[in-house]
Amino acid sequence: MTASKKPKSDFKNPVVKWVDERLPIFTMMEKEYGAYPTPKNFNYLWNFGAIAMVMLMLMIATGIFLAMNYTPHIDMAFNSVERMTRDVNYGWLLRYLHMNGASFFFIAVYIHIYRGLYYGSYKKPRELLWIFGVLIFLLMMATAFMGYALPWSQMSGWGVNVITNLFSAIPFVGDSIVTWLWGGPAVGNPTLNRFYALHYLLPFVIFAVIFLHVWALHISGSGNPTGIEPKTEKDTVPFHPYYTIKDTFGLGVFMFIFMAVVFYAPLALTHSDHFKQFDSMVTPEHIVPEWYFLPFYAILKSFTSDITIPLTGYMFDNALVFTAKLQGVIAMFGSILILFVLPWLDTSPVRSARYRPLYRISVYLLLLSMIVLGYAGSQPAEGLMLTLSRLGTGYYFMHFIVIVPFLSKHEKTLPVPKSINDSVIQAKGSK
Amino acid sequence: MINLYQKYFAIVLTALFVFTPVAVFASSDNSHHPMAQSWPHKETFGTYDKPSLQRGFQVYREVCAGCHSMNLLSYRNLAEIGFTADEIKAIAAEDNVMDGPNDEGEMFERPARPSDRFKAPFENEAQARFGNNGAYPPDLSLLVKARHGGEDYIFALLTGYDTPPAGETVRDGMYWNKYFKGNQIGMAPPLSSGLITYSNGKSASLEQSARDITQFLAWASEPNMEERKKMGLKVLLFLLVFSVIAYTAKRRIWAKIH
Ligand code: HEC
Ligand code: HEM
Repeated sequence: MTASKKPKSDFKNPVVKWVDERLPIFTMMEKEYGAYPTPKNFNYLWNFGAIAMVMLMLMIATGIFLAMNYTPHIDMAFNSVERMTRDVNYGWLLRYLHMNGASFFFIAVYIHIYRGLYYGSYKKPRELLWIFGVLIFLLMMATAFMGYALPWSQMSGWGVNVITNLFSAIPFVGDSIVTWLWGGPAVGNPTLNRFYALHYLLPFVIFAVIFLHVWALHISGSGNPTGIEPKTEKDTVPFHPYYTIKDTFGLGVFMFIFMAVVFYAPLALTHSDHFKQFDSMVTPEHIVPEWYFLPFYAILKSFTSDITIPLTGYMFDNALVFTAKLQGVIAMFGSILILFVLPWLDTSPVRSARYRPLYRISVYLLLLSMIVLGYAGSQPAEGLMLTLSRLGTGYYFMHFIVIVPFLSKHEKTLPVPKSINDSVIQAKGSK
Repeated sequence: MINLYQKYFAIVLTALFVFTPVAVFASSDNSHHPMAQSWPHKETFGTYDKPSLQRGFQVYREVCAGCHSMNLLSYRNLAEIGFTADEIKAIAAEDNVMDGPNDEGEMFERPARPSDRFKAPFENEAQARFGNNGAYPPDLSLLVKARHGGEDYIFALLTGYDTPPAGETVRDGMYWNKYFKGNQIGMAPPLSSGLITYSNGKSASLEQSARDITQFLAWASEPNMEERKKMGLKVLLFLLVFSVIAYTAKRRIWAKIH
C-alpha cells in the first residue's frame, strides 16, 4: 500500500481520529448524514422517513422491556400484561407507548408511502429502494399482527383465528397449512409461542431491510417534490444542518401528537374486546382488526359470492369452485403485492403529480378510496358498507391496473421547471 | 398551482363529509344506548373522586363481592384511594385466604394480609356458574375497559332493570334489563335504593350507589390514570418547548437559503 492510499482522517478529536483510521465509521457518517447533498425543496412530507425510523427504535426499546415482564403462555399472557401495567414501575407507560406506538408507526409509514405515490418516488432509478420499502411495510404488518396476538385477549385470539384461517382458502393444501401455522389442531399455546418468537425477531429483520433501503437511497439520491433530479450545486444543500434541524422540528411535532394520545387517550384506538381474556367458546359480536389493517380487511370482505366453473363431462364429473374467500384472500394480498410492480406499471417520464393533472386526481381518489375502505372495514360487511367496500376495492385496483398504465401513455403533462432552484424561485415569486 | 391543490382537497373533504354521516346513519340500530353521564375522571385533566371511590368500594364489599371477583387488585392497592394502612389491614383481615403448605405439608387458612389479592367468592368458574343459575359473574377488575361504553354502560346496566315490555317474557332465573345485550340478564338487580348505608349514616339511593360503584370500577381498571395525566403534562410541555426551539433554529439556519 502506498503512503497516499493509507487511510487518514481529518478529525480533530484524537479518539475519533484513532477509530476512524481503523474503521472509517465517522467518515461514513459525515458523508451520508453530514455532507449528503439533499434537494433544497423538500416539503414536510419528507420528514416521515426519519420519523418512522425513530418509531421503530422506540418500538424495539419498549418491546424489550415489555418482554422482560411478559409470559408467553395462553393461561398467563393476558394477566401478565395487565399486572405489568399495575405492578411494574411505569409498566403502564411501556404498554401504552408500545400499543399506540404501533399505530403511530403506521401513521408515519402510511404518509411516507403516500408521499412516494404522489411524487412518483418509485420511478427509475429508485425501483429497488421502493421494493425494499414495500417489503418493510409487509414485515411491519406481520410484526404488528403477531404483537397484537400476544396479550391473548378476545380480539387477539379471534383475530389470529380469522387471519390464519384465510390460508385454508388455498385449494388442496390450505387446511394443512393452517394446522402447520397453528402448531396444532386449533389456535393454542404453540401458536402463541411461535408468534412471540417471531414478534421478537421481525423488528430486527425490519431494521436490516431499512439499512438496505437507506443504502439504496444514498446511491440514487433523494427525490423531491418537483420530481426532477438536482443538476447543479444550487439545487442542493448538505443534509446537516439543513435537514437534521428540519427533521428535529418535524419529530417534535409528531411526538407531541403521539404523546398527547399516549397520555390522554391511550385507549382511543383499541377495542373493548381487547381487555377480555381469550375464550375460544365465546365469539365476539364483531371481530375487527386494528385500524391500520381496516382497508385491507374491507378488501377481503368485499368478495361474497363463489364463482363456479362447471366441468361436467370433462376430467372430473364435478365443478371447480373459486370460493369467495379465496377471491378475497387473493385480492387482499394482491393489493399490497401490486405495489412491488408499480415502477413498471407507471412509465410516465414525469414523476411528480404536480405536473400530472390527471394522475393527481386519480391518486387523490386512491386516498379517498383507502379512507372509505378503512371505514367500511370497521363495519359489518352488509348493505351500504358492502357496496362501499366493493366500490373502494374496485377503484383501488383500477387505479393501479388501468388508470396508471393508461395515463403513462396518454396524459398531457404540464411543463416541468428547468431546475429545482428555478422552481424554488418561481414559488417565491408567486407568493 | 395553489388553487388547484385547494380544489382537490375541497373535493376530497366534501366527499368525506357527505359520506360519513350517511354511513353512520345507515349503521345505527334501535337498541338502547347508555346515556352519556358526566364523570369527573373522564375530563382531560380530571382526577378520581376519592370519597366516591371509597363509597364504591363499600358497595363492592357489601354487595358485588358476593358473586364477582376482582383478581387484579390487592388489598394494599386501597391505599391509592385514600384508605390508611391500619384500615387496609383491618379490611384484609376480615377475609380468610388459603395458604400453605406448612411444615407438615398441610394447607391452612389465615386472615388475609394487605399484600394478598382480593379474595374471590368462588373457587372456579364452574362453581360460580353453579351458584348463579348457569350464568358467570365476570371478574370486575377490568370491566370498565372491557365493555363498550365503559362507565356509562355499567351505570346504565345497574340502573336499567325494568319490567319486560308487553309481549316479551323473561326466562326462568333471568331479569329484564334495557341495556344488556339481548335484554335477559342472569344477575338479579344487585342495587336498590336504601340497600346500603354509607358511613355518614345516610342510606344511598340507587343512582348514588350505582355512580359510586361505577367510579370505583373505573379506578380499578385504570389505577394509574392520575399519574399518567400528571406525567403527560410535563412531557407535552417539554415537547412544546422543544419544538418551538427547533422551529426557531430551523428558521435561522434556512434563512440563508430562502
Ligand atoms: C347474586 C350474584 C351477583 C351479585 C351480588 C352481583 N352480580 Fe353482577 N353478575 C352476576 C351474574 C350471574 C352475571 C352474569 C350475567 C349474565 O351473563 O347473564 C353478572 C354480570 C355483571 C356484569 C356484566 C354485564 C355484561 O355486560 O356482561 C356487571 C357489569 C355486573 N354484573 C356488575 C355488578 C355489580 C357492580 C354488582 C354490585 C353492585 C354486581 N354485579 C352484583 C351476578 C351477580
Ligand atoms: C416493528 C416493530 C413493532 C411493532 C409494530 C409491534 C407491535 C405490537 C403490537 C400491536 C402489540 C400489541 C399491544 C397491545 O395490544 O397491548 C405488541 C405487543 C408486544 N410486543 Fe411488540 N411491536 C414491535 C416491536 C417489538 C419488539 C422489538 C419487541 C421485543 C423485543 C416487542 C415485544 C412485545 C411484547 C412482549 C408484547 C406484549 C405486551 C403487550 O401487549 O403490551 N415488540 N407489539
